[in-house]
Order: sequence, then structure tokens, then C-alpha cells
Amino acid sequence: MSEAPENPLAKGLERLPVHPTVLVIFGATGDLAKRKLLPALYNLAHEGALPERFHLIGVSRREKAHEDFAAEAAEAIRSFSRREPDEKVLEALLAEAKYVPGTFDDESVYRGLKEQLDAFDEAAGQPLNRAFYLSTAPEFFPVIVEALGNEELTKAAGEREVRVIIEKPFGTTLAEAQDLNQRVLSVLDESQVFRIDHYLGKETVQNMLAFRFANSMFEPLFNRNFIDNVQITASEDIGIGTRAGYYDHAGALRDLVQNHMLQLLTLLCMEPPVDFSADEVRSEKVKVLHSIRPPHRDATFRARYGPGTAAGEDVPGYLQEDGVPADSHTETYAALRLHVENWRWAGVPFYLRTGKRLARKVTEIAVTFKPVPHLAFGSEGSVGVKPNQLIFTMQPNEGVSMSLGAKIPGTRMRIRPVNMEFLYGTAFMSQSPEAYERLIMDAMRGDATLFTRNDEVEAQWRIIDPVVRRWEDEAETLVEYPSGSQGPPEANELLLGDDEWRAI
Amino acid sequence: MAAPPAAMMDGVWRERDTSPAAIEAAIRRLLGEAHAANSAYVPARVMNLVCIVDKQWSGEIANRLRRVGRLHPSRTVVVEVEPRRTTLDAVATVAGPAETKPGDFAVLRETVIVTCGPQHLAHVDTIVDPLVVTDLSTMVWAPHGHDEAVDALRHLSQIVLLDSVADPDVDEALQRASDLSDELYVVDLAWLRSTPWRERIAATFDPAPVRGDLKLLSGLQIRHHPDSAAAALLVVGWLGSRLGWELSPLVTRAGNGATRSGTAHGKRQDVKVKLVADPSMSVPGLAGVTLESASGRTLRFDRGEGGLRAHYRRTVRGGADVEREWTVLGASRGESGILGEGIRQALLRDPTYGPALEAALVLAG
Repeated sequence: MSEAPENPLAKGLERLPVHPTVLVIFGATGDLAKRKLLPALYNLAHEGALPERFHLIGVSRREKAHEDFAAEAAEAIRSFSRREPDEKVLEALLAEAKYVPGTFDDESVYRGLKEQLDAFDEAAGQPLNRAFYLSTAPEFFPVIVEALGNEELTKAAGEREVRVIIEKPFGTTLAEAQDLNQRVLSVLDESQVFRIDHYLGKETVQNMLAFRFANSMFEPLFNRNFIDNVQITASEDIGIGTRAGYYDHAGALRDLVQNHMLQLLTLLCMEPPVDFSADEVRSEKVKVLHSIRPPHRDATFRARYGPGTAAGEDVPGYLQEDGVPADSHTETYAALRLHVENWRWAGVPFYLRTGKRLARKVTEIAVTFKPVPHLAFGSEGSVGVKPNQLIFTMQPNEGVSMSLGAKIPGTRMRIRPVNMEFLYGTAFMSQSPEAYERLIMDAMRGDATLFTRNDEVEAQWRIIDPVVRRWEDEAETLVEYPSGSQGPPEANELLLGDDEWRAI
Repeated sequence: MAAPPAAMMDGVWRERDTSPAAIEAAIRRLLGEAHAANSAYVPARVMNLVCIVDKQWSGEIANRLRRVGRLHPSRTVVVEVEPRRTTLDAVATVAGPAETKPGDFAVLRETVIVTCGPQHLAHVDTIVDPLVVTDLSTMVWAPHGHDEAVDALRHLSQIVLLDSVADPDVDEALQRASDLSDELYVVDLAWLRSTPWRERIAATFDPAPVRGDLKLLSGLQIRHHPDSAAAALLVVGWLGSRLGWELSPLVTRAGNGATRSGTAHGKRQDVKVKLVADPSMSVPGLAGVTLESASGRTLRFDRGEGGLRAHYRRTVRGGADVEREWTVLGASRGESGILGEGIRQALLRDPTYGPALEAALVLAG
């Protein structure tokens, strides 16, 4: 079969054409839909980035009329959009929005959905693409996918593509992830599945690839010969808030390390892909994950926050938070030491830590270089020469900085570290789109580069699952760190040699 | 939700009968003072924008630049031209948000207004050169003409911002853009106004089964603001250059509802081209586009509320025509949005403008 020639009119356009699409959001009245998905859709509509024909269908348990769903969606967009909505665009976006009520295991929901999807096809005079966004509790993921399959809603036909976007968490153990993959892939082809890790939609995360592979000055240094250690930190200054129900089952390890932090690690460590197509990039990331063994007991540490002070106010400890069981053993702080056992990275420790109620909110990767082999300068009268560090900051100030040794002005040769900084906010005029805007568009376009592949998810779980099980089996009393602090000092024990945690 | 405009901190320096060196030293001092007062202040380093304006319209240009919001260049050098002036006066401002959050940073923006006389323009580069930030791209914008100043600045600029619809003589405007594009990257606001239209035309023919219809295009009508014929010519030029049409000058009929019409020769099909001025259109740019194919399909886009209104009709032999209407979502960017987009585009490169411009020149005759 001969391929259609390329669209000659697409060249040079910033927004590439997207096939007309119906987006169905399962869990359309939930928190994620209201805070992220609907505002993202509005902003895409505002910028003229949605497909030429676009329809929205919400599916959720509660009974409500189409108009009520549209009114609630409009209100959510007004509350959470990054820009003030243009009422005319908002009205046009939601004018034909439909709502299908019912529980996700109810077959009649899918029949109603099919009728609605067919009606949109009929009105358009062409088969529209279908994108199903599963923004529900994870136990419904396989239920929905299987029900969509039973109603034959997942079949691509002619020009129509069908895609399913699945929110995290993708399983809470390796076995669950494998089971979920098996059930999802019994209905769908892997090319139809888009597993969201919204970190991958962030500009600074994508910039790591640009930084590594578009600059010849750094890549030659990115290996065991020049790098001493790497620290990946994702700290938050807030507690669990009202999320006790979710968080006490998940914990810090599942919430951030298994997915986001391992993704950051793979982007930092992967080999240059042949090209930036989805499978080439993801295959290189999977190779990194396969190079990591589950950490030994002495390379892992967990703790939870106790009472303390945050922003000058006394705050409760984790066990005193509303909804947290008194006998909880859930960690709010997790630290790991991992090794990427391949030619490039052998011997370089990768320290990962995440925690809630720490001194500051920061997400960063700190790459510490090896010290110079011989120091000709004395350090008397100064802090002296420190190893260079390259810091990728994802939040709060997105950018890249590098510490260098520089001479302190004066008559003596005294050295201290100084910083060279690149801040996104100072170098680019554009406001970064929300991660969900990019990811929704990519999914509708069928570009899976920023989504997690099935083998990637399972490889992540293979590293983390043994730690999860060990921590579940060991009902030890957790170390508590004061809220608002740098975290538990005991976490230093997993550091090798003279390594130190960077100040949060 | 968009936040209300924040209070601003600004450091101001002014001097009469000054020199570029004194101005440059003043900016450095203002930046140093701002950073010393609050280490959160850091200078933006995106690009330099050099505006050459008539002094009497300088305030209007300042307002237009203010309205572009976040798409602001980091250093703006405004050269105001005042008749009969013989000396240089200058005001330098370094501004940033008045309040900064602990641990956060705040971006400073620098503005220099230099008032000079017409005799300075031939060598205005010697005034501007010390004032632009080295190693940043520099864009020149001269909305009130002053071509000699733009020419003097060619060697220290990489980008020129212009608006082909601002010149009443369409041919001259397109020729000037073409001349400048030999040395500089041209960002043409007339071209940017047509972006949503070009995106929609591209999207219409994107699905593989209809892509072949591009070869069957038989009619193209573009409705435009009476002063925006250049924008319409650029869109025809774009289609012609992308689809390999053989083009020749369009025939012009002047007057109310002026038209330009002619025939473009596609590889398989001739295309009847017609540009129609729409006097009811109140803002510069395009009012509508209609595409017809030899297979009996017609697609029409018109400006509408909340986006472009699309109308599709397919002639069915022996049966009723198939007709559909829908809205292609998108907010109007307004003229301030277009200018902001022009500034943002300065750091990108559109490979299709140059060929479209050359084709538009052929169409304009």
C-alpha cells in the first residue's frame, strides 16, 4: 500500500494539524478534570490548537444534563485556567459538550457513549478520531478499557484512530502493573495506549534532552570519568492536606520515586537516541532502567514528618493529619541510592530523595563533577575550590545553573564558587504551557514520546517493587523528622564516602 | 486566572545633550543598583528591540508595546525622531515587579528612549550600537517609515519587524520586505495575521484521503480589509509556493470592494484566484477564505465569534448537496496580540515566508 504524500501545507506551521477528534473524559467531574484537563482544553482552544473539529464528552457517575455539565466545566475553567477565558471561545468550546452519566462498570454507559460518538461522526460526515482519557481511580482503568472493547469502541477503522490516555498510578506493585498491562493490551495495541507521567510534559524536563544532546560541551563529560555523584530531589514544603485517603496507601516511594524521579534519572542517563521518535527515545530510557538493580536495604531510607514549624506556623505531624490512621506506617520521605550499571555510569551513585513538609519546595537534579586532580591554590582565607556542580531545576525557578571556582577580587589567589545561571523566565518570552496541554495534544496527535511505554512501567516497578514489599513487611517504627526541616539526618547514612545532601 | 497588573519598581536616569556612552553606563549602573537593592532582580536576556519612531507618535508606540504583555523584549531602545533637533536627549529605565517572593527571582526590563534629529538617522547605528546587549539578537522596527535608519542598522541587526499592510502601496511594501530579507530575517505582521487561516487550510487537507484534493483546487477567493491586500497576496503566494503553482500578475480593479483576480496554473488544474476588499472589515487582516475543488467541494472560512466559522458544501450529482457548518475554535489575538506574536516570532524561523513573499511579488506584478 502506498503512503499518502506529506501535507505540503504543514511545513513551517508551529501548530501541526490534528485529525478531528472527540475527547471522552472518564471522571469528568473529578478534581483532575476540573483543575487540569478542562483548563488545558480551554487554553488549547484559545490558541487555536485543537483539531478543526473537536467535541468533548464527559462521563461520570452523577446524573446531570448536558447543559449542567457544560456549565460546571465552564466554571472550572474560569477558576483554574492560566489565562482569563474569552467567553466566546469558552461558549463555543462547550456548546456541544455532552455528558453520559453512570458507573464505569455499567454497560449502558458505553452504549450511550457509542450513540453519542456515532452522532458526532454523522454530523461531521466523517469518522472522527476518539481519545478516551481515564481520569478515574486506578481500579477502573481495566474495567473501562474492557468495556470500551466490548462495545467495539476501541477499534480503529479507516482513517479513524482510537487512543486511550491513562493517568497514574499505573499499578501499585509490579504484579498489579503487569496485570493492568496485560488487561489493557488484551483490548488495545500498545500504540493506542498513552500512559501519562505529567512530569514529562514539563518544558524543563524536555530541556534536559536538548541540554545534553544539543550542546557538545557537556555530553563528553556525562560519564563515570568526570561525574562523582548525582542527586535527584523532589521536596515539598506542604503536608498531605486532604489527600490522606490516597497518600496513606501510596506513600512517597510510589507517589514520586517510582514514576517521576525514575523518569528524570532515565533522561539524565540515557544514550543519545537515533532520532526523537517515540520508540527510539523510550527504548533508550528502558535500557537505563534495565541497568539498575533494586537497591539493597542499606541503600534505602524512609521517614515521616513529625510536628514542626512551617512558614512560622506550628504544623501537625503526619500522624496528626486528618484521616491518617494512628497505626500508619506510610513514609512521607524516601531516599534511595541507585547505581546504573553500564559502561557509561558504572560506579556513580545516584541519590534520589523526596519528602513532604521539608524546608522548601524544589525539584532538581544536581550533577556533581569530580574534583580537579591537583590543586595549585591554597584555601586559606576562603571556602576554597569546590567540585563543579550542574543543576537542572524543574521548580520553582526553572533553569540550569553551574557552579564554578572563581578568584575572589584582591591581592591573594583565593577561590570561591560562583554560579552561572540560565533561567527560563529571563531567556524566553513565552509562558510555558501547562504540562497537560502539551500531553493532551501529543496524545490526540498520536505522538507517544512523552508517554510511558508498557515495558518502561514494568522496568520502573522492577526496581521499586522489592523496596515497597520490604517496607510493607517491616513494621518498624518510622523515624520522624521535624516539619519544615531539611529532612532526617539519618538519611545521610546511605551516602557514600564524603558525599553530602545538597541543602534543600 | 490572570492576575491584575502588579505594582512596578523602576530606576530612572535622564540626561539632556548626552552621549551613547553615558546612556550605556547609566543602564549598567541602574541594573547594578536594582540587584544590590534586591538580589532577586535579574536582567531579562531575550533580545534587543530597536524602534525608530516619530516623536509625536512615540507615546502611541509605547502603549502598543506595553500591551504586548509577557512577550516583551528584554531591552527596548526607542529612537524618537524630532524635527530640527540637533542634540541627543535620553531617558533610561530599568523596571521590575515591586514585590518579590523569597527564593524567587524577578525579571528586569530595560528601556532607553533616545530623542534625536533627522540628521542622526543616516548613522543611527553609532548611537544604537553601544546600547544593545551584546550577543542577544537585535530586531529593528520602524513603524513610521524611516527606511534610511533601518538601512543604517542592518549590519547590527538580525531581524526586522514590519507590517506589509501599513504601506498603502502594496507592491512597494512587498518589494521592501523582499529587499530586507536578503540580509535580515523578516517578521511581517501581515503574514502573522494570516497564521490561523493558513493553519486551517493546512488542517483541511491534512487527512490522507483528502490530501490529493490539493491538486484539484480550482478556485480560491480571499476577502480582506481594504488596506490588507498584501496579507491576501501573501496567502495566495503561500499556497502557490507550497503547491508549485505557476503564477502571473493578478488584474486589479480599484474602487469600493476592489478586487484582484487572475488564474494560477496548478500541475493538474488551473485555479481561479480572486482577492476581494471587504469594506465592512474593521481591523487589518483577512475576513474570509473560500476554496473550491474540481471535485465539487467548497470550503469557506469566515471570521466568527469564538473562532472561524467553517462552511462545507459538496455537490452531489443527481442528489441534494451535502452542507455542514461548524466553528473552528480560537480567540482573536487583537492587534496587540499580533505585535506580541511578532516579537516572539523574532527568535524563530519560518521557512515558508520567503517563498510566499516572492510569489506574492509575482502576483502583485
